[in-house]
Amino acid sequence: MTRIRFQRSLDELKENLLVMAGLAEQAIQRAIEAYRVRDLSICDLVSRSEIAINRLERDIDQAALDLLAMEQPMAIDLRFILSVIKINSDLERVGDAAKSIIDRVRSMEQMAVAELPVDIPRMASLAADMVRKSLQSFIEADPVMARTVLTMDDAVDAMNRAAYKSLTKVMEEESHMAPQALNALMISRNLERVADHATNIAEDVIFWVEGADVRHHKSLKKPDPHALGEAETA
Amino acid sequence: MGVGIEVGNLNAWYGANHTLQDINLNIPANHATALIGPSGCGKSTFVRCLNRMHETNPVARVTGTVRIGDLDIYKDAKPVEIRRRVGMVFQRPNPFPTMSIYDNVAAGLKLNGYSNRRVLDEIVEQSLKDSALWDEVKDDLKKKSGASLSGGQQQRLCIARALAVDPEVLLMDEPASALDPVSTSKIEDLIFELKSQYTIVIVTHNMQQAARVAEKTGFFLNGRMVEFDSTHKIFTNPSDKRTEDYITGRFG
Repeated sequence: MTRIRFQRSLDELKENLLVMAGLAEQAIQRAIEAYRVRDLSICDLVSRSEIAINRLERDIDQAALDLLAMEQPMAIDLRFILSVIKINSDLERVGDAAKSIIDRVRSMEQMAVAELPVDIPRMASLAADMVRKSLQSFIEADPVMARTVLTMDDAVDAMNRAAYKSLTKVMEEESHMAPQALNALMISRNLERVADHATNIAEDVIFWVEGADVRHHKSLKKPDPHALGEAETA
Repeated sequence: MGVGIEVGNLNAWYGANHTLQDINLNIPANHATALIGPSGCGKSTFVRCLNRMHETNPVARVTGTVRIGDLDIYKDAKPVEIRRRVGMVFQRPNPFPTMSIYDNVAAGLKLNGYSNRRVLDEIVEQSLKDSALWDEVKDDLKKKSGASLSGGQQQRLCIARALAVDPEVLLMDEPASALDPVSTSKIEDLIFELKSQYTIVIVTHNMQQAARVAEKTGFFLNGRMVEFDSTHKIFTNPSDKRTEDYITGRFG
């Protein structure tokens, strides 16, 4: 093994991204919890973590830029650094989505509790699961696991479309519940975005490990049956 | 215009040392092809087989076929004819030190029987223009010697000398490794320009240089060609683990 210093820098970059991932994942889970129990103290925790996420985003981008400029990485190293830059951006946006959700939770404090025809906790659980799996696939450099994330995105998209349909109907027909419905709609939209970011992260993991660009190619996103078979056997 | 190069079952020896083993590849016409690999892997030996220079060593031997366009160089061609069709530029610029700039470029032409002054003038000027040196030397063509030029200029003079005999293929064995970054950049720009007219094969240790100038790249290791593919593929997602280990610096 040569280029020990470079390898150490790559390991450090990965560790920092995992810290960022931990913060972003925690932020979205806390935001969902804050919505579920309507607890403003949890909202404060999310606000504080957003500052840390933003600072880490800049640090990771700078470290990646330095490695590109100083080490001229090639092949899998180049793909890794490019993936880190993109995943870093997606994680920051997951943090932004968490912030948007707690803004809605705060605005709900003055509103009466309303029964709405939308299952936000279920959608949140699915989106959070996608984030968790996409990050696990990054930790384990596992494109098979990353592909399972891609297949989950359609379900969240469908839930968001259903939420839009049912909540706009509430706004039209029961105007006194329009503010609550609007809040729920915006939370649904943010969860759908979180799922999109998890999808992006999974696509970046596939690009890093396999060198395959599966963005915007439905057929390439399907799991490799052979690889899945191996995984099941294992 | 450049022509393609077809190499079939090429093997080369230095004495008992089997330095090239079963090389098969097609080098496309009018493109730059880079050959990379660790020292002693056989890449320089390979390019020297493309103009029969390898055989100039008495203990060296070659088997297999090399076709430069329609010419089977180990079957029906004389070394002098091959050298006219296949120019070569070496790592260290090697102008004839006592000759003027003009005579350096004209040397190969005179050797090939050109004597008409007007024709020589025209070819020398065009060759120096093609090698991007004309503007820097046009006032001193016969006043200054080749050795009086800077290292980068000397290398471009050697390229002009190679181009003067109107070759189809230009072999470059680490042509910029002894040059500073500015001169290197000029050589790379030149390669980029020249490949529309010539087939260029460049041996380089500089991975970024291969990535910048070549459309195709071959990776040599222990006398064998491990991988030959588009430069984009080699440097972003090579197929062979050994190629990846080498270009990411994890070799050995």
